[in-house]
Amino acid sequence: MHMNRRTVTVLATIAGAALLLPGCTGTGGSAKGADAKVPDDPAEVSGTITVLTVRTDLVQDGTMKRYAAEFNKTYPKVRVEFQALTNYEAEIKIRMNTDDYGDVLLIPAVIKKNDYPKFFASLGTAAERAQKYRFTDFTTVDGKVYGQSPVGVMPGFVYNKRVWQEAGVTEWPTTPAEFLAGLKAIKARTDAVPYYTNFAAQWPLTSWTYVDGAVHCDPQATTKLAEGDPWAEDSDLRVGDTLLYDIVEQGLAEKDPTTSNWEESKPRTAKGEIATQWLGTWAIIQFQDAARKAGVNPDDIGFMPFPAQTDGSFCATVGPDYHQAVNVHSPHKEAARAWIDWFTDKSGYDKDNLAISPLKDAAMPEVLKPYEEKGVKLIELDDAAGAKVKLIDDESEVGIYKPEYRQDLVDLARGARKGSLDDFLTGLGRKWTETQANVSD
Amino acid sequence: MAHAHAHADPPAHTHTHSHPHAQALRAGQPNSEALRPVSQQATPAPSPAPRRARARRLLTPWLFLLAPLALLITFTYAPIANMIAYSFTDWDGVSPELHYTGAENYREIFTREDLFQVFWVSGYYLVASVIQIVAALYFATILSFRVRFRNFFKGVLFFPSLVNGVAIGFVFLYFFQDGGTLDTVLGLFGRPTDHAWLGTPASANVSLAGVSVWRYLGMNFVLFLGAIQSIPGELYEAAELDGADRRHQFRYIILPGIKPVLTLTVILSVSGSLSAFEIPYIMTGGATGTETFVIQTVKLAFQFNKTGLASAAAVVLLLIILLVTWVQRRLVPDDRVDLV
Repeated sequence: MHMNRRTVTVLATIAGAALLLPGCTGTGGSAKGADAKVPDDPAEVSGTITVLTVRTDLVQDGTMKRYAAEFNKTYPKVRVEFQALTNYEAEIKIRMNTDDYGDVLLIPAVIKKNDYPKFFASLGTAAERAQKYRFTDFTTVDGKVYGQSPVGVMPGFVYNKRVWQEAGVTEWPTTPAEFLAGLKAIKARTDAVPYYTNFAAQWPLTSWTYVDGAVHCDPQATTKLAEGDPWAEDSDLRVGDTLLYDIVEQGLAEKDPTTSNWEESKPRTAKGEIATQWLGTWAIIQFQDAARKAGVNPDDIGFMPFPAQTDGSFCATVGPDYHQAVNVHSPHKEAARAWIDWFTDKSGYDKDNLAISPLKDAAMPEVLKPYEEKGVKLIELDDAAGAKVKLIDDESEVGIYKPEYRQDLVDLARGARKGSLDDFLTGLGRKWTETQANVSD
Repeated sequence: MAHAHAHADPPAHTHTHSHPHAQALRAGQPNSEALRPVSQQATPAPSPAPRRARARRLLTPWLFLLAPLALLITFTYAPIANMIAYSFTDWDGVSPELHYTGAENYREIFTREDLFQVFWVSGYYLVASVIQIVAALYFATILSFRVRFRNFFKGVLFFPSLVNGVAIGFVFLYFFQDGGTLDTVLGLFGRPTDHAWLGTPASANVSLAGVSVWRYLGMNFVLFLGAIQSIPGELYEAAELDGADRRHQFRYIILPGIKPVLTLTVILSVSGSLSAFEIPYIMTGGATGTETFVIQTVKLAFQFNKTGLASAAAVVLLLIILLVTWVQRRLVPDDRVDLV
């Protein structure tokens, strides 16, 4: 290939641009260690704040505006603007490289825990906040808390009560085997699809990772992921993944998972065309809304825990949703702080979404009444090793928080991929433990 | 470890960060040698002009070039330069800190065979692009003759190129659904089927490659049609007088006449096959054995936050495509076409 002058010019441009590079990357972390203090006088705090959210639906239908109006009754001089991001993680990741990522945002999964002080302003000490709020240790770095989730969520099966009843199953299954028997009864006695994987939407499959902790009712489950093989014999993830494999392998899932449709799955579950999906409490309200839109009874939507009992009782883990945090570069940190406090404590956002309150002394929502009646034990996972688990997950490319490995699992179960379940899970375990050895805290 | 899925809407995976070079090549921007000869001939003999006039004459083309060059540098060369720089670091995409790791990322890429296995998937797209080129050539030839409704057919063939690739992905998801359009149409023709079109790796890749043919056929077709129509009409007439039929005309006039465009199309198709992204990413996300090299790169960068490694992978892909192109150009030299 001969070089002409054009090529040379282009090469020179590239070289020149490369020299400018250091200026293009990173936030520099100059403002490290700021605090977002509670304003002294609600009537005096002022400024326009931008609140980032994933709830495109609530921004579009004006619900967020109504929250803001309510907020303004206490804080009249603060103007709240919302930005709804459809593809939050991907978009925010790029914005995090600038100083402009809103005044209040949701802590993205990509930010490493130790970097929180470089991106967010602290909301106070862990000692003080933990008395009032749940989930503080998820965002605590060096004794300071950097975020607060406005709701608690709990993984579990969303199911259609009517269909399960028609199939003759009236009690929650207590073991994976009983659960499978239940699905088989549904297949035999009703027209419903017993289980829907939502394979094509990808992320619903990821929620199977959140069986972790519930299977053996162990608050230290996350630490175990960081220190051992997550797919060891009888470990939580292995039990969960085996159940998913069996469901698909025994033909109890939708016929063609590759073209499944998440939005359609909501009304279909409400109408009883689909019997069960593993999701979380956050999904209940969406399915009830779908039921109302489809003109069927929203009370048919039920919620049940993972089919496993420890010491005779079911167990479920309560975890945070996205944490709200204050941008460390925000010029209106007090106003931003005021919004987070108000939204967490007083907005009623948790009740509107039938979710678990982030306040420790609040009662459980109405939809979880059956849980109380049946004595389901609720635990919170200790997140001290959470950052390490994330690091191992990325480094090993296993992806327990990514959809890919569950898609492979489903493919394996329906014969679109060669191999045995045992080899597959052992292989994941090997990749995981090999990386574990190379990752320091 | 947030239960980060309380969205009302699913996090639609619709980002379209394809790689700049991949897009440029796919979009068929004829910025390569193919169109060069035109611009280099028409300079008049320099007259003894005063200095300022000469300076202005030298400056004028650059002034015209200012806007496109600024865009080109900002959106193509600067990102590529950035990417090359990142490929020597362990950057995760957001952290303020990044460390220089030398050629470590490249060492990792060339020592992990799993990263290269995805190129087998490109085979499907390669076969598809052969079909695509043959079909495009066929239609272009036919529609270059006087055929009834020819503008209508041109429109039909070119239409998919106007539709956004993401939209095409979503539409074809419905098309391939269980009981979807394809099944219905086959049923109408008395061939009811129960096939899960995206269900197995082979079937899924063939289906996706088929969508890709539908999507890019129009672009190739237009390139061929343009080239064919630039062949002077007298040639056909002369050929007809000499007793050449349509097949002869194609073999001895059209084919040699459009050879440069044909070569260009082949190059674009090969590089497009190696860097297939949009359609498989939207439709399957790389599941069920449909992962291409670019999807894998995007996953490394945006799921596992290995921006450094992903940048290195992108650079490697760029080099592979340059190499393939160079080999092709050596095999089929771009000689002047002289039909007369």
